[in-house]
Amino acid sequence: MARPLINVPAKVKRGRAFEIKTLISHVMETGYRYTTVGARIPRDIVTLFSCSYNGEEIFRADLSPAISANPFITFFTVATENGTLEFKWTGDNGFFETATATITVE
Amino acid sequence: MGERKLGATRRAVVFGSLVGGLAATISVERARATPAQMREAIRNVVGAAAVRKGRVELDVPPVVENGNTVALGVTVDSPMTATDYVKTIHVFNEKNPQPNVISVYLGPRAGKARISTRFRLADTQTVTAIAEMSDGTFWSATAEVIVTLAACVEEL
Repeated sequence: MARPLINVPAKVKRGRAFEIKTLISHVMETGYRYTTVGARIPRDIVTLFSCSYNGEEIFRADLSPAISANPFITFFTVATENGTLEFKWTGDNGFFETATATITVE
Repeated sequence: MGERKLGATRRAVVFGSLVGGLAATISVERARATPAQMREAIRNVVGAAAVRKGRVELDVPPVVENGNTVALGVTVDSPMTATDYVKTIHVFNEKNPQPNVISVYLGPRAGKARISTRFRLADTQTVTAIAEMSDGTFWSATAEVIVTLAACVEEL
């Protein structure tokens, strides 16, 4: 079960850029590893991460097998108005997870 | 007669496993990008445009003990206004199975062109970050990372 963790400040000054920290539990199996009997372990990674602020996309990332297990991504955005941040992770084998965070702009 | 047949079968089995083992070894060694493949991956992104050094700060530790989780930070020097901002940041490596690490898409709403994540490194190598600005120019930074314990290649 993939459990996302989001860290955003509770209150931000209008017009100020603030940092968003995200983490989701996922094996991020590279597809380049073998079992001891020589069988290739199939790839199972998160391929796309995106974040939208009140419905408008503000950040997107294409991930590769080079990203460590439990992908941790941080980025910035400018506080414009009160609202919700929506996070989406899409990956192999139909993996899809969402999370939301609310932001208060003063 | 029966015994000869059995012998032939055994020889076939031995030969077969030998070839199989060899093929497995080759396929394991093939799973490595080369500096040339990294340059090709960069070409795919930037096209014919020139990539200049500077404006990008690549933050990776110079020596890592465990290649499975390496902290990676990229900061691009940009005012991040509606007319002058960072569009994308790409990170590449030379010696992992694939040259790509991450591609992020930003906009003027980012406010600050700074991202961080954690990535894997299969060997001691050079990491490259390239940023595309809104005016279409490309800027880059490189960093050498020494890896003691490699990622990606271990068996379970």
